[in-house]
Amino acid sequence: MELLLAITIGIVVATSVYLMLDRNVLRFLFGLVLLSNAVNLVIFAAGRLTAGAPPLIADGAYAPDGQIANALPQALVLTAIVIGFGLLAFTLALVYRTYKSLGTVNSDEMRLAEPEDTHK
Amino acid sequence: MSWLLVYPIIIPMMTAVASYLFRRSPAGRWISLAGTGALLLASGLLMANVLQQGVIAAQMSNWDAPFGITLVADYLSAVMVVITAITGFATVVYSLAEIPRRLEQLGFHALLQVLLVGVCGAFLTGDLFNLYVWFEVMLIASFGLLVLGGSREQLDGGIKYVTLNLISTIMFLTGIGLLYGITGTLNMADLHLAVREVENTGLLTTIAVMFMVAFGVKAAMFPLFFWLPASYHTPPVAVSAIFAGLLTKVGVYALIRAFTLIFDQDIGFTHTILLWLSVITMVTGVLGAAAMNDFRRILSFHIISQIGYMILGLALYTPLGLMGAVFYLVHHIIVKANLFFVAGVAKRIAGSTELSRIGGLYAHAPLLAFLFLIPAFSLAGFPPLSGFWAKFIVVKAALDLDMWVVAGLGLAVGLLTIFSMTKIWGAAFWPDHPDGIKPRLSDIPVGHRLALMLPIATLAAMTCVIGIFPEPFVQFAETAAGQLLNPSAYLETVLGVQP
Repeated sequence: MELLLAITIGIVVATSVYLMLDRNVLRFLFGLVLLSNAVNLVIFAAGRLTAGAPPLIADGAYAPDGQIANALPQALVLTAIVIGFGLLAFTLALVYRTYKSLGTVNSDEMRLAEPEDTHK
Repeated sequence: MSWLLVYPIIIPMMTAVASYLFRRSPAGRWISLAGTGALLLASGLLMANVLQQGVIAAQMSNWDAPFGITLVADYLSAVMVVITAITGFATVVYSLAEIPRRLEQLGFHALLQVLLVGVCGAFLTGDLFNLYVWFEVMLIASFGLLVLGGSREQLDGGIKYVTLNLISTIMFLTGIGLLYGITGTLNMADLHLAVREVENTGLLTTIAVMFMVAFGVKAAMFPLFFWLPASYHTPPVAVSAIFAGLLTKVGVYALIRAFTLIFDQDIGFTHTILLWLSVITMVTGVLGAAAMNDFRRILSFHIISQIGYMILGLALYTPLGLMGAVFYLVHHIIVKANLFFVAGVAKRIAGSTELSRIGGLYAHAPLLAFLFLIPAFSLAGFPPLSGFWAKFIVVKAALDLDMWVVAGLGLAVGLLTIFSMTKIWGAAFWPDHPDGIKPRLSDIPVGHRLALMLPIATLAAMTCVIGIFPEPFVQFAETAAGQLLNPSAYLETVLGVQP
């Protein structure tokens, strides 16, 4: 199971790097989304994959019974998903606004804030 | 639980909410001013307490470390919070005159306060994942501030800033996940102990390098700094100033914290990388500055160059080196924010920040010229200003280890810093204005003039005071460095046991 997850993460990261090498900012953004999800899987895998029960403690007991799943990585992933979603929403709006304003999504053509190119 | 540690986070957070609610009325800005005033007070109290007790910690919701989130302040954290409050206060005062109503109504003050929340949180947290969360808070606020107003240059710079910083964040998160995978803890004090039990040290070093890259992007270390000169000159000056003062320094702080407390296993490998990167950072930064022709762009490249000195102090990993890094951090925040403030006033009275399109500032605004010289000389390391001692300590630390090349380059970079400061002086202050304008401070209305010049004068006075009476500050930095190199007090306070 770990191997399968590792391979999946590898494929997702490779795809995202491919996308992020594109000049189109929107494609870059899609790559970033994929990458952040790959990282979520990394955290999930780092917390060990077990076939344990949900980490719930029965009424009246002080400790869970039998093998349970590690709840912490899940909490971390959940937080990371929420934060990642917020950042993604912002970046998407930024790219859209930039497109409306500059009329391009090609990062090579975004030179407004750079100094004048004197070596043309 | 000590509330002192919570105030620097809660106060700006409440201020953010209140100033957002009142963003359409003039009350918003006064709330923001009062909030940063309260933050200044809270940080002073925190500092007084830390000076008394050494290290203080608070367990959130009474979940004992390492299970809950710990807030902890040692000397380094405390001084960073104080300096954050000072810079925040100066920026809010400055923005009273600089930020137009339109941006205030869009929520400028709320975003600024959220930025302060993130920065203070990052300095105070004792938990690695919590650090990630504060980084994100800081980041999203900085995104907002950077593109607020939405001019074409801002959007252009914003895209580069946002994308590269997001990659760094993802790298940081990966590092956290993997580190948790091999140690099973995220509390920094607990990690200090846990990494000693890890058998697979190769994997640990790999993770260390991931953290180095993630924090390196934030700190604008070579070769990861490209987002900084692409964006820092585009937003309003008040925003540039607080970014220049604080944001990269959070990266440096995180590097110092991680590479003294957690990754001190393979110093021969990680700190050698840091050493050479820091030297190249110094040199490329200053050379980049020499090639620029815009007031704020020159200053932006100087941030990168100065970051090199701080990381050099960390990379040397001697008490003197770390002491230099701490001293440099504090000195640099004051000086750099101040230089950006000066650039803003110059823009306002002379009409631009392009060096070829301004002039006459020395003849018509001698006070501004004088107040520019103080931080400019301090940045370059002239005695008796704070920059002299900062450079002196770092270079001395390098010489003590017989690193002649490193020390020599450090001094040469100082010389080149003076070169680009003279370039600004020679173009913006000395000659007449190309359009025949007489840039006078008295053209600014009195209230605005006060709001613009007071922060500049205060910060300039601070760099003078640190320079002329360095003794207590140097002693403070020495204790801070001692705590970093021997974290037993830190561990004891956080974990409650003798390590």
